[in-house]
Amino acid sequence: MLSTAAILANTPAQLLPAREQMAFTLAMHILLVPFGVALPLITLVMHHRGLRRGDAVALLLARRWSAVMAVQFAIGIITGTVLSFEFGLLWPGMMGRWGDVFGLGFGVEAWAFFLEAVLIAIYLYGWRRLKPWTHFWLGVPLPLAALMGAFGIIAANSWMNTPRGFSLDANGNPINVNVQQAIFTPMFGPEYWHFVVAMFMTAGYVVAGVYAVGWLRGRRDRYHRLGFTVPFTVATILTPIQFMLGDSAARAVFHKQPVKFAAMELVWDTDTHVPEYMFGRLNSDGTVSGGLKIPQLDSILAGFKPSTQVTGLTSVPADDRPTIVQATIAHWAFDIMVTVGSLLILLALWYAWSWWRHRDLPRTRWFFRSAAVAGAACLVTVECGWITTEVGRQPWIVYNRMRVSEAVTDTRASSLWTMLGIVIVVYIAVFGAFLAVVLKMRTRWRIADEGSAAARAALPPETDTPYGPRSEPEPAGAASGGGSDSGSGGAS
Amino acid sequence: MAELIAWVLVVVIAAYACAGGTDYGAGFWDLVAGGAERGKRPRGLIDHAMAPVWEANNVWLIFVLIVMWTGFPTMFQAVFSAMWLPLALAAVGLVLRGAGFALRKPSRRLAQRRIYGAMFAVSSLLTPFFLGAVLGGIASGRVKVGTTASADAWANPTSILAGLLAIAATAFLGAVFLCSDARRFGARDLVDYFRLRALLAFAGVVVLALIALPVTHNDARYVWDGLTGGAGLLLVILAAVCGLATVLLLLRRSHGWSRYTSVASVALVVGAWGFAQRPYVLPTSLTVTQAAGASHTLRWLMIVTVIAIILVGPALVLLYRLDTQGELEELTDAETVAARTPGDNL
Repeated sequence: MLSTAAILANTPAQLLPAREQMAFTLAMHILLVPFGVALPLITLVMHHRGLRRGDAVALLLARRWSAVMAVQFAIGIITGTVLSFEFGLLWPGMMGRWGDVFGLGFGVEAWAFFLEAVLIAIYLYGWRRLKPWTHFWLGVPLPLAALMGAFGIIAANSWMNTPRGFSLDANGNPINVNVQQAIFTPMFGPEYWHFVVAMFMTAGYVVAGVYAVGWLRGRRDRYHRLGFTVPFTVATILTPIQFMLGDSAARAVFHKQPVKFAAMELVWDTDTHVPEYMFGRLNSDGTVSGGLKIPQLDSILAGFKPSTQVTGLTSVPADDRPTIVQATIAHWAFDIMVTVGSLLILLALWYAWSWWRHRDLPRTRWFFRSAAVAGAACLVTVECGWITTEVGRQPWIVYNRMRVSEAVTDTRASSLWTMLGIVIVVYIAVFGAFLAVVLKMRTRWRIADEGSAAARAALPPETDTPYGPRSEPEPAGAASGGGSDSGSGGAS
Repeated sequence: MAELIAWVLVVVIAAYACAGGTDYGAGFWDLVAGGAERGKRPRGLIDHAMAPVWEANNVWLIFVLIVMWTGFPTMFQAVFSAMWLPLALAAVGLVLRGAGFALRKPSRRLAQRRIYGAMFAVSSLLTPFFLGAVLGGIASGRVKVGTTASADAWANPTSILAGLLAIAATAFLGAVFLCSDARRFGARDLVDYFRLRALLAFAGVVVLALIALPVTHNDARYVWDGLTGGAGLLLVILAAVCGLATVLLLLRRSHGWSRYTSVASVALVVGAWGFAQRPYVLPTSLTVTQAAGASHTLRWLMIVTVIAIILVGPALVLLYRLDTQGELEELTDAETVAARTPGDNL
C-alpha cells in the first residue's frame, strides 16, 4: 500500500485523463478493425461465389455487405486518424524520444492503408459500371493490403512490448537504431498472427451472427442460409488455429515479458509447481480470493512440466510492475479471452460434426442461438486481448524503457478532462448513429425481401434508376431450397 | 538524407493541401448552399462528386503525421505540445466531418440529413482553419522545443491569417473541382454556379494575401523574408501565375485544365513555404539536421516512401481516372434491393 501511495504521488495529474482517453478511443476503434481487415475478404468470397455460379443471392449479399462496408470503413478511417493524433496529443514524450526507432511500422501501415482506401473506393463504387470480373479482381488485393496494414500496427505495438533495435547513449537517448530489429521484435510474430486471425474470426462470427438471428426469427431461406454459412465457415476453420496461436502467444509472453505473464496468471512469487487460477482477485499480500484453483497447471501450461519455474510479480520492485488492480484486470481479461476461445472451439466442433454426419447445418435452435452470441462474444474477446496486452504492460509504455507517466503530455489535466468529455459524447453519438444507420439498412432490406416473397409478381421495390439488369429479388424465393445447395455450402 | 525527408514532408503536406483541400472546399460550399430546397442540387453534386475519393484524399494527413514522428520526432513532440488545442479541435473536426459525410448518404429522412450535413459542413470549415493556424504558428516561430500549450501559439495574427487563407484556398479548390464535376455530370446550371464561387474564393485568397503581407512582416519575419526573395519568391510568383491562369480558364469556360492549374497554385504555395523555412523545421530554433531522427531510420523511411509511390501511385491514378470517366457510381437502393420505410421523405 505504501508503494501504491508513492506511485500516486509521482503521477502527473494529466496521466489519468490521458490514459482514459486513449483507452476509450482505442476500445471504440478496435470494434471496427475486424471489419476493416476481414469484411473485404468475406465479401470477396461471396462475390466470387456469385460470379462463378451465377448465383444472384450471393451477389445480392455481396452488394449489401459492400453498402455496409462503405459506412463502416469511413467510421474506421476517422477513428483511426484520431489515434494518430493522440500519439502527439497524449504521448508526445514517447514519440519525441522513440519516434525514429519504432515509427517506421506506421509508415508501412500508412501506405498499406492508403492502398486499401483507394482499392476499397474502387470496389465499393465499381459495382454498377465496371465489368463484373474486372470489378472482382480489382478487389482482390484488398485483404492483402489489410494484412499489410495490420503488419505495421502490430510491429509498433510489439516493439512497445519488447523494444529492440537501438542502444542508449549517456543521456538515455536511443542511438545506433536498427530498423529491421525494431520491426521484427520477439513479440512480433506471435502477436501478429494472433491478431490477424482474431480479426478474420471476429468478422466471420459477427456477420454470421446477423443471419443466425434472422434464422431464429423464422427467415429460413437460402439468403439467410448463405449469409450464415460462408462467414461462419471461414470463422470456424480459423477457431482451432487461433486457439493454438493464442497458446503460443501466451508462452511467448511468458518468455519475453515474464512480469506481464505473472499479472495475467496472478503469480505473486517466483516459484515452480505454480497453480493456475481461473478468475479470482489478487490481494495486496499476494493471495488470491475466489476463483478456481488448479494445482500445478500454470507451470505445465508455461513449460509443459510442473517443475517449470514461473517468474512472479514480486521479482521486480512494486513501481516497476502492474498494481494489484491492474494485475487483476489483465488476469480477468486474459481468462475471459481463453474461456470464450474454448467455447468457440466447441461450437466449431459442433458445426464440423454436423457437416460430417449430415452434410447440413445443425437443426436445433440452440446452435443458432450460440452462433448469434458468438459474434458479440468475439468482439468482447478482441477487447479482452487488447486489455491483456496493454494493462499487463503497465506501468511501462515502452517495456522497461519508458513509463507511461514519462510519456504523457504537459497539457493541463483540466484540458484533458474536457477533451475526454467531448470525445466521449462525440464517439457515442457517432457510433450510435452508425449503428442506427446500419440497422436501418437491414430493415429496408428485410422489408424489400418480405415484400418480394409475399408478392413476387406484384409491385417491385421502388427503383430510383432505370439502370440495366437488376438482380431478381430472389432471396426469399428459394425458401425451401436449402437442400439443393447443401453439398457445397460449407466448401467456400 | 534529412533534407530529402524534409522535402518529402513538404510534398506530402502539399498533397494533403490539394487533395484534402478540395474535399474541405466541397464541405465549405455545402455549408453555404442555403436551405434544404435551394441547396439540394449543389449538395447532391457535392455528395456525388466527393463520395468515391474523400477517404483516399484524407489519408494524406496520416502520412504527414507519420513522416513527422518518424523523421523528426523532436519536432513532432514540440508541435503537438505547443499546439495542443488547435490540433485536438482539428481531430474532433475530422471525426465529425467524416462521420457526417458518411452517415448522411444512407439517410432517407430530411431531418437526419440536416443534422449530418451540418456536422459535415461546419467541421469542413473549422478543421482547415485549425490546421492552417498550426502552420501559421510554426511559421511565425512560436513553437520551440519545450514550448507548452498556450493560446498565443495559435491565436496570433499570422496563425489567424493562415487559418483564413486555408479556408479560402480550400473553397477555391473545391469550387474549381465542382465546376468541372458539374460539367462532367451534365449539370449545366451548376457549372456557372460554382464558376462564380471559384472566382469569389480566388478574390478572397488575393485579399487575404494582401492583408497578410504587412501584418506578418514583423510577426513571422524569417518566413516573410524567405517568401519575398530567392526560390521562395520564384515559387510564389509561379503560384500566382497558376492562380491567374485558373481565373482566365474559368472566365473562358475551359474547365479541362482549370483543375490542374488550381492544384498547382496551392501546391506551389506550400512548396514556397518549404523553401522559405529552410534550413529550419521550426523557425528559427530547430533546423532540419537538429530535428532529424536516426539516419538508419531515415534511409528506411525513404525506402518506404519509394515503395509507397510505386504501389499507391498507380492505384491512385486508377481511382482518379475511373472517377473522372464516370465509372464509379454509388450502389443504389435498386441494386441492394432496399425498400422504403415509413417516415422516409427523400
